[in-house]
Amino acid sequence: MTSESTERINAENITEDEFFFGHKACAGCGGSLAVRIALKVLGERTLLVEPAGCMSAVSFNYPQMSFSNNAIISAFAGTGAVLSGLKAGAEVMGWKDYHVLGIAGDGGTADIGLQALSGLIDRNDDVIYLCYDNEAYMNTGIQKSGLTPFGTSTTTTPAGKKGKGNLKHKKNLFEIVAAHDIPYAATASIGYIEDFANKIKRASEVRGTSFIHVLAPCPTGWGIDTSETVEVAREVVDNGLWYLAEYYDGEYHINRKPKEFKDIHSYIKRQGRFKHLDEEDIKEIIAQRDKTWKRLQQYSVGQ
Amino acid sequence: MSGKKFISGDEAFAQGVRLAKAQVISAYPITPQTIVVERLSEMVEEGELDSKFLHVESEHSALMAAMGAAATGARTFTATSSQGLLYMAECLTYVAGGRFPIVMMNANRATALPWSIYGDHRDSLSLLDHGWIQIYTENAQESLDMAIQAYAIAEQEEIRLPVMVNLDGFVLTHTYEAVDIPTQEQADAFLKPRETWDKLDFDKPVSMAYTVGPDLNEEYNLLHHKALLNVAKHIENIDVSFEKIFGRKYGGLINGYRTEDADLILITLGSISGLVRDVVDELREEGVKAGMIRIRFMRPFPAEELIRETAHASAVGVLEKDISFGFEGTVYSNVNSALSKSAHKISTYDFIGGIGGKNISKEDVRSCFAAMQKKESEEVRFIGLEVEDDI
Ligand SMILES: Cc1ncc(C[n+]2csc(CCOP(=O)(O)OP(=O)(O)O)c2C)c(N)n1
Ligand code: SF4
Ligand SMILES: [Mg+2]
Repeated sequence: MTSESTERINAENITEDEFFFGHKACAGCGGSLAVRIALKVLGERTLLVEPAGCMSAVSFNYPQMSFSNNAIISAFAGTGAVLSGLKAGAEVMGWKDYHVLGIAGDGGTADIGLQALSGLIDRNDDVIYLCYDNEAYMNTGIQKSGLTPFGTSTTTTPAGKKGKGNLKHKKNLFEIVAAHDIPYAATASIGYIEDFANKIKRASEVRGTSFIHVLAPCPTGWGIDTSETVEVAREVVDNGLWYLAEYYDGEYHINRKPKEFKDIHSYIKRQGRFKHLDEEDIKEIIAQRDKTWKRLQQYSVGQ
Repeated sequence: MSGKKFISGDEAFAQGVRLAKAQVISAYPITPQTIVVERLSEMVEEGELDSKFLHVESEHSALMAAMGAAATGARTFTATSSQGLLYMAECLTYVAGGRFPIVMMNANRATALPWSIYGDHRDSLSLLDHGWIQIYTENAQESLDMAIQAYAIAEQEEIRLPVMVNLDGFVLTHTYEAVDIPTQEQADAFLKPRETWDKLDFDKPVSMAYTVGPDLNEEYNLLHHKALLNVAKHIENIDVSFEKIFGRKYGGLINGYRTEDADLILITLGSISGLVRDVVDELREEGVKAGMIRIRFMRPFPAEELIRETAHASAVGVLEKDISFGFEGTVYSNVNSALSKSAHKISTYDFIGGIGGKNISKEDVRSCFAAMQKKESEEVRFIGLEVEDDI
């Protein structure tokens, strides 16, 4: 299996068709861009499930539905299970030529939905699970999730007199998923949209469960301008606080290894959620970044 | 496999699910439900049942997977008990409100704490308001038959709701009885494959399980309520066509026994009914005008049927295996509310027994009738206690 098995998707050949529109997401929402692109890659014959979270909250408001493909909401913790149910149902109904896609937030994936995700990967049903990571529970008003980074001020980890915001580092979700020996897992960022689109495509070609973890900034929760979403999503890859990687055939692959990480100060300073952090905190963030990269590089093959 | 076989309630139910040709099965093990899941896995493995069996990691996922499959138009089955039922509670309102006609077997079992694997009805009765049709069976034969009927009810166009069929833990799930297993031809003649417009569809893509704002949310709930009430309208027809093919009938939402002229009536659910019938016969021989009613459906609740059946009664008691702490038994609350609309005044009694699998003896049942006969106080009472109620 190679990543270049078929023609790569790019800005020129991606379909003009839209499957996700008329929704109520905030201007500049990174999550809705991820949803839109994923559906453009997979097409109309996609059975979509979304649990509670921003992406379902903005798009399933009767009578104004925002998906032109088939879609269903799951209980918050149930995405992995509904995916298996949809797949099993589609099989017994004899349907052909379709994709089954789940799109859940960081909270819906790394916290409350982690058990169902693990069950799904264990069953290895032929579906795609996409986690759009905006690094907090946004739909309920910016609370800390298991994927909220160190130092983030959220409404449940407020930075104040004593507090530095969230004191925990992000869970290593990609590695947790890979540890199941899943057929295909990848990380992505909406700042590198072509890479993301092609990972969705690749996931659709894999047999068995595939998982993509896409970083998707949220202007509302991050305290950035609505025009900055994509730029911030690039910067976080360039400064090494996020990484683009894949796991397949039992091995880790780092897709993009910056020769030199960009300085993280501008990334930290431009976001309202980090504005209380001092040099000490930034050092801690850098140390954690370097630790993660060291570990990943030890695991990874090729490149 | 057809003809008379000596099998348990769980096994009988599994046979019913096989005959109903459930296409997707997802379930998680819990005593005393496990046997139904094991049998179904074997049937799938041996090719007796052409179905997808999903190994889920929890009851929450069991019901969510069933919902996903039901959304494609497939016929689905799940089973659970007690803590498992409570664990999936969030999903119960989900699939009921979404009108997914899933059938679930629940092996009635006490709820922790205190921990107990034995039977009572606290698990399902505590979830009475979650929008499901709730059936309680009396024996293994009825369990098998209701597994098949449940799909006919659930998938009825005017109903389209999930059905929970409750079997008393151990007393029903694990007791062996001679059960007539129908042929596949009989089952096929009664139950057609599921046909529905209410599903995901590539020709006409839809969104399902969506949000409805305050403007129309109440209307959605009203539709749900009416769909549940529609069961009363359809159950007799379904039972009549069932009888034509299988030669067995169960009647409607309730089963009355010697109620025509009964003065004292005891109301029950599930497997204890046989013992109550025996006591009624004894009392009749002693000249007491006793009768009994078995409630087969707790939802929709058979209010009119109960009023009709108690037309001659001066006292009605409820013998139930549950307690709504701080008030009274849930079955009693429902019965009492219904009978308050009766044309004549009826004294009502609430007897709580069989909690956590405690045996209910013939003497216990006789004591219920005696209390009604002597017009004792109408306070809620726990029967058959080891330790005297002087706490
Ligand atoms: C069982 C349950 N618990 C809590 C909630 C409330 N809730 C709805 S969405 C949400 C946050 C979702 O966060 P995430 O998955 O990260 O998605 P986001 O909103 O950030 O896009 C929460 C806590 C719920 N719907 N169900
Ligand atoms: S709060 Fe954030 S994730 Fe939610 S819709 Fe707005 S921008 Fe998107
Ligand atoms: Mg989130």
